[in-house]
Amino acid sequence: MLSSLTIAQAHEQLKTKKISSQELVQSCIDRIESVDKNLNAVVFRNFDRALEEAKRIDTQGTFDHPLTGIPYLAKDVYCEAGVPTTACSNILRDKTYIPPFDSTTKKRLKAVGAISIGKANTDEFTCGGSTEWSCYGVTKNPWDLTRVPGGSSGGSAAAVAADECLFALGTDTGGSIRQPASYCNCTGIKVTYGRTSRYGVMSFASSLDSIGTLAKTTEDAAIILGTIAGKDPLDATTGDIPVPDYRRDMKQDIKGLRIGLPKEYFLDGMDPEVDTAIRAAAKTFESLGATIVDISLPNTAYGVATYYVIAPCELSSNMARYDGLRFGHTAPKPKDLLDYYTRIRSEGFGPEVKRRIMIGTYALSAGYYDAYYLKAQKIRTLVRQDFDNAFNAVDVLLTPCAPTPAFTIGAHTNDPVQMYLEDAFTIPASLAGIPGLAIPCGFSKNTLPIGMQLLGPQFGESTLFRAGHAYEQATEWHKKRPTI
Amino acid sequence: MSSLTKAQVEHIAKLARLSLTPAETEKMAKELSSILTYVEKLNEVQTDDVEPTAQVTGLETVLRPDEILQDIISPDALLDCSPLPKTEHQIQSPHAHG
Repeated sequence: MLSSLTIAQAHEQLKTKKISSQELVQSCIDRIESVDKNLNAVVFRNFDRALEEAKRIDTQGTFDHPLTGIPYLAKDVYCEAGVPTTACSNILRDKTYIPPFDSTTKKRLKAVGAISIGKANTDEFTCGGSTEWSCYGVTKNPWDLTRVPGGSSGGSAAAVAADECLFALGTDTGGSIRQPASYCNCTGIKVTYGRTSRYGVMSFASSLDSIGTLAKTTEDAAIILGTIAGKDPLDATTGDIPVPDYRRDMKQDIKGLRIGLPKEYFLDGMDPEVDTAIRAAAKTFESLGATIVDISLPNTAYGVATYYVIAPCELSSNMARYDGLRFGHTAPKPKDLLDYYTRIRSEGFGPEVKRRIMIGTYALSAGYYDAYYLKAQKIRTLVRQDFDNAFNAVDVLLTPCAPTPAFTIGAHTNDPVQMYLEDAFTIPASLAGIPGLAIPCGFSKNTLPIGMQLLGPQFGESTLFRAGHAYEQATEWHKKRPTI
Repeated sequence: MSSLTKAQVEHIAKLARLSLTPAETEKMAKELSSILTYVEKLNEVQTDDVEPTAQVTGLETVLRPDEILQDIISPDALLDCSPLPKTEHQIQSPHAHG
């Protein structure tokens, strides 16, 4: 099955004309048509346009860039001109919003000839950790259809794991790439805040949102990031810092690399299989020449609470634009403008987005700003300083991505705090704006994937790719695929 | 232990331009209270001399030339996204006072 190739493999075969881009795209289409009725990972199929694009690229016949002719899916928050983009929310699904412009990431991928074949499922406006809050219904974990794929980029992770595409774009605000990567056995890169452009991607929490990808190998993730990263005049928060050649740099060995194990990520009562898998990964790194160092990030325990003030505040502000005037859902015969706004939003938003808008509105309302948002921003500083101190002593941190493997569908939908705690290991890095790479590193005894998280200092993606690539060369976990 | 009354929840909903059914209000009061109780944890941390973080990579006031970039997108293409009727390149919104 061609759709199971990595980008690097497919590129070699395209370049030597062993395969055509049309065959590669068709293979993804066939795979989606055969397995997605079980998974529900793909919420919009753009197959005709993809095949046309592949034909054009085949006719051109040059495959100079590793992404030329490579099919991918984009999380349903990436705007693409002429293609329905709904954030998996009824507020945009009704009267299907069709953006008249491309996100910067889409534009950069298009420029090198990567082919968008459709949209992947997500929690509504990326708010969630399981895809259970999508208006299209939950995506199933390809390893166990009774479990969630993680989230919010759960559709992207399930699609990559199930070989429905060669890679899938995701977004990560508090763990939305890393946690689903871990639940589905993919590689996922969450970048430094501002390493990639957020332009044209629907916002959740603007001081935290990051644009990244899910892929089958570290090498593929390095290829994609090398293509989409860099300063964008349309997103003032992108850093004007040169983009390294990630793919070349990752091939250096890791002899002498100092890897820290933060003790706050290995708590009493944590899932013993996760604990074992991460400690075994540390041993593998040691055997490859790295040094393992015990380290402490004392403010870790405050990460989730800090995040669940900052993120809902920023969400409530960002969601103000969904008022039924410029796009999306509408309502007939409103009494007046206030009635119109209220109806649009009450009918259009789902339960988790409403919950977070309410929290954010409360925390930002008169008299509460200092107690919540300002307090959380101060603790954000402390969390960031923890990492600054850690990276004086080590090059990389190694932690689990999530406290447990994928949970059962419905397990946490009535307990928001419990659902939020699933993000405990990914949130601190988001608050600090540092990059994180999720890599498969084992399986539970009931065959559920376990992922590790490698964290580095801001703009230190190269070192993460180097460590991830070295680990993947020494192990086989990332090659395992589910039977669907 | 934070707990929000139904009246508080209704007030926040009004600010957020949401209308909740009585059942939703009750559920929301319970859930918001449990979330707020959880975030009270932040009060354990002494932050008197700590500066807040708003922009995590330290960028400050990024400027660009004040030029209109019409090649990205045309105003009419944006207007076409609106579900409401248009008059003279403007969206006709519902009347503010009924």
